Amino acid sequence: MRNYVIKRLLLSVVILLFVALIIYTIMRSIPTSYVESIARQRASLPGSKSYSEWLEQLNKVYNLDVGILEGYVRTLINMVRGDFGDSWHYNVPVTQKFTEVIWFSFVLGAVAFILEIIIAIPLGILSARKQYSKTDYAVTVFALIGISLPTFFFATILKLVFAIKLGWFDLYGTVGRYYFQLSPFGKFLDIAKHYVLPVATLVIISIGSLMRFTRTNMLEVLNSDYIRTARAKGLSEARVINYHAFRNTLIPIVTIIGGTLPSLFSGALITETLFGITGIGKTAYDAMVSADIPFSMFYLVFLAVLTLLGTLISDILYAVVDPRVRVS
Amino acid sequence: MSKQDMNENPQNQHLSASVALDDEQRIRVLSPAMLVFRRFIRNKLAITGTIFIAGMFLFSFVGGWLMPYGESQVFTEYVDMSKDYAGASRNTEYKFTTVDGSDFPMIARSQFVLAINDNSPAFSSQGVDYSLENIGAGFYRISALKEAATAAMIGGKYSIVTAEGVTDPRLKNEFMRAIEEKRDSFESGGTTYIVITQKKNIKACVSRPVAIATLNIFDFASQEADMGFEFRHEAALAYSALMSQAAGVQPFEAGGARYELALEEGMATVYSLSDGARTVYANISEYIVQAVYGDVFLTIDYKNKVKDCINEGIAEFTFADETGEERTYAILRNNEQWTIKWVEETLVTQNYKFPSREHLLGTDGNGMDLLTRIMYGGRVSLIIGFIVVIIETTIGVILGGVAGYFGKAIDNLVMRVVDIFNCIPSLPLIIILGAMMDELRVDPQVRMVLLMLILGILGWPSIARLVRGQILSLREQEFMVAAEASGLSVNRRIFKHLIPNVIPQLIVVCTMSLGNIILTESVLSFLGMGVKFPFASWGNIINAVSNVHVMTNYLFVWIPAGFCILITVLGFNFIGDGLRDAFDPKMKR
Repeated sequence: MRNYVIKRLLLSVVILLFVALIIYTIMRSIPTSYVESIARQRASLPGSKSYSEWLEQLNKVYNLDVGILEGYVRTLINMVRGDFGDSWHYNVPVTQKFTEVIWFSFVLGAVAFILEIIIAIPLGILSARKQYSKTDYAVTVFALIGISLPTFFFATILKLVFAIKLGWFDLYGTVGRYYFQLSPFGKFLDIAKHYVLPVATLVIISIGSLMRFTRTNMLEVLNSDYIRTARAKGLSEARVINYHAFRNTLIPIVTIIGGTLPSLFSGALITETLFGITGIGKTAYDAMVSADIPFSMFYLVFLAVLTLLGTLISDILYAVVDPRVRVS
Repeated sequence: MSKQDMNENPQNQHLSASVALDDEQRIRVLSPAMLVFRRFIRNKLAITGTIFIAGMFLFSFVGGWLMPYGESQVFTEYVDMSKDYAGASRNTEYKFTTVDGSDFPMIARSQFVLAINDNSPAFSSQGVDYSLENIGAGFYRISALKEAATAAMIGGKYSIVTAEGVTDPRLKNEFMRAIEEKRDSFESGGTTYIVITQKKNIKACVSRPVAIATLNIFDFASQEADMGFEFRHEAALAYSALMSQAAGVQPFEAGGARYELALEEGMATVYSLSDGARTVYANISEYIVQAVYGDVFLTIDYKNKVKDCINEGIAEFTFADETGEERTYAILRNNEQWTIKWVEETLVTQNYKFPSREHLLGTDGNGMDLLTRIMYGGRVSLIIGFIVVIIETTIGVILGGVAGYFGKAIDNLVMRVVDIFNCIPSLPLIIILGAMMDELRVDPQVRMVLLMLILGILGWPSIARLVRGQILSLREQEFMVAAEASGLSVNRRIFKHLIPNVIPQLIVVCTMSLGNIILTESVLSFLGMGVKFPFASWGNIINAVSNVHVMTNYLFVWIPAGFCILITVLGFNFIGDGLRDAFDPKMKR
């Protein structure tokens, strides 16, 4: 088991190196004149160095003066040291901006994720137990509508109905106008209120796949021989479902959920942008649109790490949770 | 359906008759495809999905073809708009007219205004002394002074020093007399000198007029009229002579032409008397009337009419334009400013028009018909979806097939490439590339092609993984051993014998991913990174909601496009779901 994990980890690192190389190459080939405009800006300050000197210095700082491979190696060494450079858009170190905003995204993702699990698993099981009933159709249609809804469209409808027509929530932002005059508990409530619509959007949009997954797995389990045996023994339906079937359904579900955990940090780009929540998604979006190479580069590598971590966790969990699976 | 009916009939006949167990007809043999089809059409959701998608195809392709409007046809209309035609105000700034050939600089003009406010008869600017004379009726004549002699008080007596180049011998005596009599000016040798007292010094200066300044405004009947210094000066003198009387006529001459100034009902008009005819030449008043547009020359009659209306407080008047047509003008007062408005037919785009008979879903912010845009947007979304799916399936099937069939090192290599591609975050990457293309101003059509390529290249790993997994298990089966034994080529074995067995799963995955691609494309177009104007796409139609005003007030702009996306993606998902159930009936209890 340990050897398996170590092997997977090493493999992940190799994959990550290649992914980073691809990302770096794409970033390098962006014909942006951003460095030049910064150099021009700084050269125009009184008593400053000339434009060409600034350009040379900036190119050196960002390893733009050497070939792609060498620049990649240098950038990689800096990254390993934890130095991701300064964001061009925000004018602060990338890691500092990241630590400022990541928790907004994490809270948003975590709350939505917990709600998703609470709603999706029981509904999925229910719909599997009553396959082809009205309930099943209703749950299936609901799940598929959630999957098929464009995030931006659904978010806009929520905003229109609840923020504009009913006026229950604010259109944008994480805090209200009177945030700083509130008591600590009031502040908490204020923030919670601003998270209602984004969380609702995320839950509805992403609940479908987990629900469908639970349903499919539950159907598979219910069709298996041991369930037939349990029924043949004369166990009550409740015990068959809640004890024998449910525990077996949990195996793939736990694997999937474990694999999703890292993505709680990846931020919801569209939802955050539309609701003005300054999480990692919105921050990265603004940086990407303004051709901020250091921050975009960091964000892409960060997402790649999260994906790798997710696959790794779900593979390991699969081996851990299911005693039938033995790693060779 | 006909094929199905044929299958249906023998069964019915045969149920009615009593049959033996070993009757050959009792076991109805259906082809696997037929079985799948039957299971598929029994699924209500799958049928609903098929109807959705068929409807969407009809709507976008046939609808767009039937629609009389073009994809980016802008609708315009003529609207009567009240527009500013002219402005009038009471003049509060001095207007200067300089003598030809002399200079009266800006800084001296400011000094002049200061001198007027101080009531002082002289001022100096940039080393030149000027005197100013009120010649009546609000006109000032400004003259540049040249020093001819200076008198200084020394021991109770004046001693006079003449300036260089002054030869008049009588000047000293005349100057002394003028000082004693405290006159402002004196004459000597045919020249008029002006006496100016400056602290202890008294100067005698020669004056030369340089400009005339006034708050009055001359409006000329034609643009070619003589508007020079002499005309204005003489007119000013005539005007001030008339001011003492309430009404009357005063003739004057300027530049060899004869004129006559008449004061009637508080309005001063200059008539030209040349060629024995008496024609209106100019008009003097305290109002400025100017047209809003530079190319419009307001006639003197029009200006007079405006001034009359302002004086009498009339808010509306009619006046015949050049073609003799009577037009109505309205005067709006704002403190000391008057705006003259007229109603003009203006061409405007019909943006955000509510649904009507001509535009069933209204028009968007560019004045384009929304229903047409949505139809063309559907074409774009569906075409992009299919092309991307074709690209990713082609790459995925080839690489997955090769990896699954050969296994070992090749499999390992391909799967690591799949892992790498799987890790590249596609949405952020496309946003970055989109921002880059924005900067390079890539043509929208090229962008669309690039978008399809990028989506296809980033989308193949999941298909490769599926194909590889299936083939890994299939290649161990007997039919593959048979294929190998019969000496088929590798190519044939993979693509004729293995891949067809993967097709059911492939169809399911492709249908589902069609929906996903349309969703991704709409998100990108919504963010302005995908399909760009002038091409329509459901995503960029909804983009209008970034303006909260549109989002709240013009629901017809974005709600239909959103439902189109929802219905299409839902349709593909329903079909995919139904196909999965149909292909794999194990799930059925």
